[in-house]
Amino acid sequence: MAMALRALGRRISHSDRFFSSLSEAAKPPSDGKLINLFTAINQALHIALDTDPRSYVFGEDVRFGGVFRCTTGLTDKFGRDRVFNTPLCEQGIIGFAIGLAAMGNRAIAEIQFADYIYPAFDQIVNEAAKFRYRSGNEFNCGGLTVRSPYGAVGHGGHYHSQSPESFFCHVPGLKVVIPRSPRQAKGLLLSCIRDPNPVIFFEPKLLYRLSVEEVPEDDYMLPLSEAEVIRQGSDITLIGWGAQLSILEQACDAAAKEGISCELIDLKTLIPWDKETVESSVRKTGKLLISHEAPVTGGFGAEISASIVERCFLRLEAPIARVCGLDTPFPLVYEQFYLPTMNKILDAIKATVKY
Amino acid sequence: MVLGRVFEDMCAQMYYRGKMFGFVHVYNGQEAFSTGFIKLLEARDSVVSTYCDHVHAVSKGVPPRAVMAELFGKATGCCRGQGGSMHMFSAQHNLLGGFAFIREGIPVATGAAFSSMYRHEVLKESTPNGLDVTVAFFGDGTCNNGQFFECLNMAQLWKLPIVFVVENNLWAMGMSHLRATYDPEIWKKGPAFGMPGVHVDGMDVLKVREVAIEAIARARRGKGPTLVECETYRFRGHSLADPYELRKPDKKASYAARDPITALRKYILEKELASEAELKDIEKKG
Repeated sequence: MAMALRALGRRISHSDRFFSSLSEAAKPPSDGKLINLFTAINQALHIALDTDPRSYVFGEDVRFGGVFRCTTGLTDKFGRDRVFNTPLCEQGIIGFAIGLAAMGNRAIAEIQFADYIYPAFDQIVNEAAKFRYRSGNEFNCGGLTVRSPYGAVGHGGHYHSQSPESFFCHVPGLKVVIPRSPRQAKGLLLSCIRDPNPVIFFEPKLLYRLSVEEVPEDDYMLPLSEAEVIRQGSDITLIGWGAQLSILEQACDAAAKEGISCELIDLKTLIPWDKETVESSVRKTGKLLISHEAPVTGGFGAEISASIVERCFLRLEAPIARVCGLDTPFPLVYEQFYLPTMNKILDAIKATVKY
Repeated sequence: MVLGRVFEDMCAQMYYRGKMFGFVHVYNGQEAFSTGFIKLLEARDSVVSTYCDHVHAVSKGVPPRAVMAELFGKATGCCRGQGGSMHMFSAQHNLLGGFAFIREGIPVATGAAFSSMYRHEVLKESTPNGLDVTVAFFGDGTCNNGQFFECLNMAQLWKLPIVFVVENNLWAMGMSHLRATYDPEIWKKGPAFGMPGVHVDGMDVLKVREVAIEAIARARRGKGPTLVECETYRFRGHSLADPYELRKPDKKASYAARDPITALRKYILEKELASEAELKDIEKKG
């Protein structure tokens, strides 16, 4: 799974939707510097704290820069009152963040590994997601953003590799956003922080250093709930998010050698997700394949599959394929067998196209 | 202790040579209370550990070969290679893991202790030598977590045969205990929940043993839980992949001077309990 330096090109989405002035496609490309994912996230955090005096960054070990260096330099610049370490208590961290957000602050909480988000699950699901609704809009915790590294990293094992996104996609009141690259991460994170809803932002930890891209140095935002067609094709639609996209790209290249033209979509926001863009693509190709690292049963691919069947039943030419993690705990030694690898995806592409 | 130290050093060597993978956390400097407690336990007693569990496993009787194989992910490992460094389990030796996720082991230990109590009180199994005891090891960072407090309360409420052992090495990975905890004296949390709280120098295996004898005996007699805080120091970084420049060199040096193995060696020689040659023999075997 070695990934080389790459810059993902920007393609215009096939969606009929009017592009807002914040859309990446509408903005003229500005020259940025080549930076990696954790630096892009760091820049976004600097900008967020700079532009809103009532924003705070906290979590375990964030003050020295964090285990993945995403919070480097923040304490020096903004002080210990705004960037601080918390004790080891995820439930407390998020509950406390909800309180901060409810009082009109922007609380940017870090959960050190997504595998450790479960103690905070109760607060996120029962409190954050329902705050605005149950208070009749008296209060809201829209200022809450939870950032957390997720996904396989080659040696993480059971508790440093999980992809828990689908648990949160099941909760009305939350947004879940996953970037695929540095340029995407900076713009999406700033949008998440400024979005008036509680957002969970999962960062693909494998890409923190590996993914390098030109990223504009200024303040910019990318729209949420807009999927992006990053590669056009005609034979089959592939959907993914985060680190899995680069595996899907490799599969696209391999399929092209066999004469199969793949259209690749980055979903970016998992809830609320951009059904129109996906539907429009499937109407063009008639076939769909979804790939994610999380186990296949009950993974977010199931939701996409069910929704697209509802919308495109008569257009579909083959069953919707899901190439995902196996239904086991994330293994240590068997990681390569567990993951949805390029070969598994390629096999599924061929099977679907030949159905 | 020597076996533990040698084992961990070999671990580090293998890791840095790229033969081991995943996250590995070693125990150098903290051997005193692993030995101090676990060597007093019987086979029927249970141990619940943290991700720093190699030495606990070896002390509890899991063959070092099985632990090392587990680290290499081999099928001959104690968990068939499926657990890795942080998840050592052994049904035969009543080692209930190995937890990467800190604090998750404490309720598990509480449940195991309840089971021991239940067998005695409800199932009326005879226990002529006292109840099976469970010892739960965890760190200073864990002591700010809800699950820790919930279990202290439950254990005391039901008078469970459990000993809570805090391995206070003053650092939760990169977070200083003194900056994360308002009242850093963890042993005080025991009496707040109705159980004795004891503080001991975790670098001295004989002092730890004294405290352990009493705490384990209490639990065995059905007198309930004890909270023991062992002040100690880890010589290496949090994990083998971790730079430990956050800690000041003079602090590290002062604790290195209190190396439990060196201290015990000196004690033995001074009290003439064994000869230099015999000690060298033990070290060689390790």
